[in-house]
Amino acid sequence: MDTPSLYAAREPIFPRRVSGKFRQLKWWIMAITLGIYYLTPWIRWDRGPNLPDQAVLVDLASRRFYFFWIEIWPHEFYFVAGLLIMAGLGLFLFTSALGRVWCGYTCPQTVWTDLFILVERWIEGDRNARLRLHRAGWDVRKWRLRITKWVVWLLIGLATGGAWVFYFTDAPTLLGDLLSFSAHPVAYATIAVLTATTFVFGGFMREQVCIYMCPWPRIQAAMMDSDTITVAYREWRGEPRGKKGTDGAGDCIDCMACVNVCPVGIDIRDGQQMECITCALCIDACDDIMAKIGKPRGLVDYLALSDEPAERAGQAPKPVWRHILRPRTILYTAMWSLIGLGLVYALFIRSDIELTVSPVRNPTYVVQSDGAIRNIYDVRLRNKLGEDRAFRLSLTSDEVLRIDLDDRARNLTLTVPADSTVLQRVYVTARPQDPAAGIDRTDLRLWVEDLGSGDRASRATTFSGKVTP
Amino acid sequence: MSDKKIDETTGIETTGHSWDGIQELNNPLPRWWLWTLYATIFWGIAYTIAYPAWPLISGATSGVLGYATRAEVAEQITAHQAQNAELASALVAAELTELAPGDDLHRYATARGGAVFRAQCSQCHGSGAAGATGYPNLLDNDWLWGGDIDNIVWTIAHGVRNETDPDARYSEMPAFADILEADEIDAVVEYVLSLSKPDRDPVLAEAGNTVFLDNCASCHGDMAEGNRDLGAPNLADAIWLYGDSPEAVAYTVRNARYGVMPAWGQRLSDADIRAVSVYVHSLGGGE
Ligand code: SF4
Ligand code: SF4
Repeated sequence: MDTPSLYAAREPIFPRRVSGKFRQLKWWIMAITLGIYYLTPWIRWDRGPNLPDQAVLVDLASRRFYFFWIEIWPHEFYFVAGLLIMAGLGLFLFTSALGRVWCGYTCPQTVWTDLFILVERWIEGDRNARLRLHRAGWDVRKWRLRITKWVVWLLIGLATGGAWVFYFTDAPTLLGDLLSFSAHPVAYATIAVLTATTFVFGGFMREQVCIYMCPWPRIQAAMMDSDTITVAYREWRGEPRGKKGTDGAGDCIDCMACVNVCPVGIDIRDGQQMECITCALCIDACDDIMAKIGKPRGLVDYLALSDEPAERAGQAPKPVWRHILRPRTILYTAMWSLIGLGLVYALFIRSDIELTVSPVRNPTYVVQSDGAIRNIYDVRLRNKLGEDRAFRLSLTSDEVLRIDLDDRARNLTLTVPADSTVLQRVYVTARPQDPAAGIDRTDLRLWVEDLGSGDRASRATTFSGKVTP
Repeated sequence: MSDKKIDETTGIETTGHSWDGIQELNNPLPRWWLWTLYATIFWGIAYTIAYPAWPLISGATSGVLGYATRAEVAEQITAHQAQNAELASALVAAELTELAPGDDLHRYATARGGAVFRAQCSQCHGSGAAGATGYPNLLDNDWLWGGDIDNIVWTIAHGVRNETDPDARYSEMPAFADILEADEIDAVVEYVLSLSKPDRDPVLAEAGNTVFLDNCASCHGDMAEGNRDLGAPNLADAIWLYGDSPEAVAYTVRNARYGVMPAWGQRLSDADIRAVSVYVHSLGGGE
């Protein structure tokens, strides 16, 4: 018995050009997403003298993330975590309602592959010409076409990797540095790696990335059910396939248009398949054929599988909103909105003075020579504004228990430079005869007041006394 | 190809492998996947040759690139020292009393001093500098030898009660067990405790006051307020280095205590001594 091969070489795919409303939509989405990606780092935003004037900037060196008027400090990283959770839930929501719309329209792998295929078609011609070239020997013409194509791909890759690094430092400065070869080696290395991956993923691996490297096709099935609206073939209408006009034949004339345009190389008429990225190009291709042979469009279409029995019986399918509004989509929407509202709320209650107060617990208290009990606190003050600010500390506690700031803290004016943090030790004392000195735990609140604006902020903490057994 | 086994239900070729009657369908992986696997294997082997990897009985293979994490750390340390050389020499030259919190030099000194403290001093004085019985708490305002910066530098540099340094701090309390009677000791203990604690026996304390003035006041002062020149502790305050129980105080009177501290000037650089002094001074008790 001969052993079957466990490994197969990639079958090259030569998707044919197609036009139609979904193709049109995909062009628009490509233009918008690529536009956002390439242009965002160049938007300027005036934040005052000491702060960067790039609207979107991930400043790793000084640990700040700037997004237009929003500035995220490292301790507020929950905003980023929240956005990532929202992105995940959003993906769940869209997948359960509309199948793999993310994959088909907005996934960078799809967008760049589309762009690369566009270049390929422009240089080497459409499907048949490319097939011929693929089979032809390596003569001068083939070399010339291939090298032209690879150079254009490399340029796109370079632009892709190049755009990425601009998000991490001031874009115009970096561009100057890059061109004069004086930028940081990390910038060049990042561009090199991203250029290489763009070139390989978009030019050569294409659907292999979607099928074998991306985990999403394996997971998305859990988000979908028979009410999900996804690309499918109306088998009851198309089968049996045959030439137009043949007796008893369905609408499908077996022209293979839907197969030839498919970027992942599958036949949608075989039913739903893991590889399908629901890019809808097969819908455009088949609608075109249906128009030519005078049949209604929609032999291949966005549809919900649960409608099939009704359609087969000649009844109208359920309205789209009935498919989309169902418990799981409502649940995903609710969770998504809840987190979103939480983040917006957190964004608006943020103050531009922030302090954290951590009681030093090594040791919990210090006995002074007069028997007074002293506690030490590490107070971290963050000034998020673009100018230096002076602060004064004060304390509120239960008067009866008598806890005071030490003299040096009472007379302390803390100057926090613009956009930075100051860590200050603060000493709080209870005199020996005051009750707080002998109580294990007394609540108190530490205040800071901006001497310029009068704004105040505070943090609750506790005072530990010496408890004699 | 005549022997192809086709699975009836799916129409897909099988690999011919069967486990408990379950046939494995042949959905071949892409060949680039296989090559990626080979490449990672090659990479793994090359890596273990290039870098230290395989454990031996003592040590490990050193790798042909000669890489070592220790060398890397040593390099980083040298680089940091070079980077801080200017601050370090400024610290050695500085008038320490004039350093103010918030200054660059003060920040540098406390950071460096904190590191020295945790490495060298925390074994006795505790990582938070709160000390322990017999080891002074450095956070409070009670100082045996003075809590201003110059005194702290001196104590750290020369140590306490060690023969190796002629400038070391020495406190000489006699062991009173051979000098005083047992009831005199009881009385003087009661007296010193009464200075900071209520509810002591006033009659006994009154007797102890006489004993104190005759034997102890020459070092500790008439009011038991201590004497920093001699390292004699203040006995009237709430801080007790060796404990505040009558037994602990009586033990001290009978046997005297001999706390020691190394002369760090013999082990640490000038900059380290000054840095750790600034650090200790900044902990909250500095005068
Ligand atoms: S089957 Fe149709 S929708 Fe699915 S990937 Fe192919 S062309 Fe796109
Ligand atoms: S494009 Fe339409 S008609 Fe042509 S093969 Fe596909 S489903 Fe059939």
